[in-house]
Amino acid sequence: MTRTRGAAIAATTIAGALLLAACGGSSSSDSSSASSDLTGSILIDGSSTVGPATEIAAELFMAQNPGVAVTVAVSGTSGGFEKFCLGETDGNDASRLIKEEEIIKCDEAGITYDNITVANDALTVLVNAAAPVECLTVAQLNAIWGDGSTISTWGEIPDLDVPADFASTPLALYGPGTDSGTFDFFTEAINGEEGSIRIDYTSIGEDDNAAVTAVTGDVGAMGYVPFSFYQEAGDAVKGIAVDGGNGCAEPTAENVQDGSYSPLGRALYVYASGTALQKPETVAFFDFYINNSAQIAEIGGYIGLTPAQVTEQLAKVASLAGQ
Amino acid sequence: MSDSSDKPNLSDRVAMPARTRVAVGGAREVTEAMFSSVDRAKKIRGTIIAGVLLLGLSVALIAVTAMVVWAFIAGWSRLSINLFTNVPSVVNPDNAGYRTAILGTLYIIGGVIVLIVPLGVGAAIYLEQFANPANRFNRFIDLNIQNLAGVPSIVFGILGLAFIVRGPLDLGFVAAAGSLTLALLVLPTVILASREALRAVPSSIRDGSLALGATVWQAVSRQVLPAALPGILTGVILAVSRAIGEAAPLLLVGAVTFVTFNPSFFEGGYSTLPTMIYSYASRPQESLQTLAAAGVVVMLVLLIMINSVAIYLRNRFERTW
Repeated sequence: MTRTRGAAIAATTIAGALLLAACGGSSSSDSSSASSDLTGSILIDGSSTVGPATEIAAELFMAQNPGVAVTVAVSGTSGGFEKFCLGETDGNDASRLIKEEEIIKCDEAGITYDNITVANDALTVLVNAAAPVECLTVAQLNAIWGDGSTISTWGEIPDLDVPADFASTPLALYGPGTDSGTFDFFTEAINGEEGSIRIDYTSIGEDDNAAVTAVTGDVGAMGYVPFSFYQEAGDAVKGIAVDGGNGCAEPTAENVQDGSYSPLGRALYVYASGTALQKPETVAFFDFYINNSAQIAEIGGYIGLTPAQVTEQLAKVASLAGQ
Repeated sequence: MSDSSDKPNLSDRVAMPARTRVAVGGAREVTEAMFSSVDRAKKIRGTIIAGVLLLGLSVALIAVTAMVVWAFIAGWSRLSINLFTNVPSVVNPDNAGYRTAILGTLYIIGGVIVLIVPLGVGAAIYLEQFANPANRFNRFIDLNIQNLAGVPSIVFGILGLAFIVRGPLDLGFVAAAGSLTLALLVLPTVILASREALRAVPSSIRDGSLALGATVWQAVSRQVLPAALPGILTGVILAVSRAIGEAAPLLLVGAVTFVTFNPSFFEGGYSTLPTMIYSYASRPQESLQTLAAAGVVVMLVLLIMINSVAIYLRNRFERTW
């Protein structure tokens, strides 16, 4: 018990030190002395959407803590949870919340956990830059993508004003394959049920770049990709503003952070295990990840955490580590 | 067989297995065809068939060339020694390298070779030279090996996760587990190729050796096996080439996409080139996609280096009968 308490105190101290370092606005090399005596290894597995952010966090963290070896694998959110709930990994990248059957597995193995939000993301509906459309409502998106939809030209989209010469342009739809967390989230948010979607769209599998390429080359094309792909996509495509009932909101960092980019704004998680958080290096890593979310988001094309989220997530880590 | 020849067919004079008889018959037919006048229709048909075959070959060659050229063009800006010596970096992709992944791949492939050569060749020798082909059990094994060669690699990944990483062997997510999994994956290839090579050795070699008083093992180990070595090495080359490019089963048995320290065989995380390339190719950042293309070139270099050893050995042992 005293050991656990000691670890918790150490963790809080480190977290505090990191927070101070981060707030002080010092360059990253200055704060290296704060926790450079940490040693150990951390293994994170899971989603390929969150994995790149964790890789960046790991790299920045190891620059300051050379004694800690952080490795990141990407066997998918589900594949990662399977290992996580057997206690084989210290954390699991997840682009969705843990599912019922996974909760049961974790409980059976006695793994305690919590979902730590490490970044935000905007699922972005992409169209060609030349398409005369700026905003779509959730109802319109549902009419386009919903199960059984027969809309095949832009003119058929309900309540949408498009120039007469554009109305007959064929609507070419590109979406990720059914294994993708992006697919799960989009179908749930737009079509109301996970996995429910019209069957005649072009599946791009796991390669979101393919959607960008397709939309770049076709004025009538539409696809949806994670925010990072939209950011890197260039000027030939544009992200459609989405109206979830409170007016059109463009896919921007501000709109996601204040919640107005709804329902396609989402949080990206790393599930941390209570066992792993008994090790001070793991606590330090998670605190680092949360505190530096702005820098990590900048490098990886994600959207950083809001100050409120940072406080909230740090508290989650501290409480999981202290139990 | 053409009737125009006055010499008796070789296959009538010497006892040989059916496969060899076909080969010998074919060789004779072709040679005879060259020296005899063939009617026009046959000639045209021959040309058409040759054309179709050439087209098939060129499709395969064009695909390979296109891929290699693409990798060089797309990855050109990153081709330097840094690519081999630096550790991976997502923060600074322009200066990132594949050192840990190259080492991981070499560990894994080294392990695969050590496992598949004795196991694969041993199994092939037993099945080809010692086992009774009429035996039901042996035929069952035979059928199984041929079927295993067609099993998707991801299934071997699941097998590796259940029995090697966890379960009976319980190695954990280490390079050794990756090696074992890939060895199982390519073992059927080696066995089938080695059997074919052993079968292609004229049985007169074996029979002659036995007639001179050698035991079966002596005949196999000193005559048949050396004669079959080039073929066996070809099988090993193909198997290693397949193993080196596998990403899916390795992701299951624990290959990671980000590791900055050199791997070790029995502990700690490891990465391999295909898993890194797979991961980088689907990233939004262009610099990482360039890195992926450069990684393809690194993998080609590595593959050629490993295989050139086998090719050298093959050419050394190659002889004609």
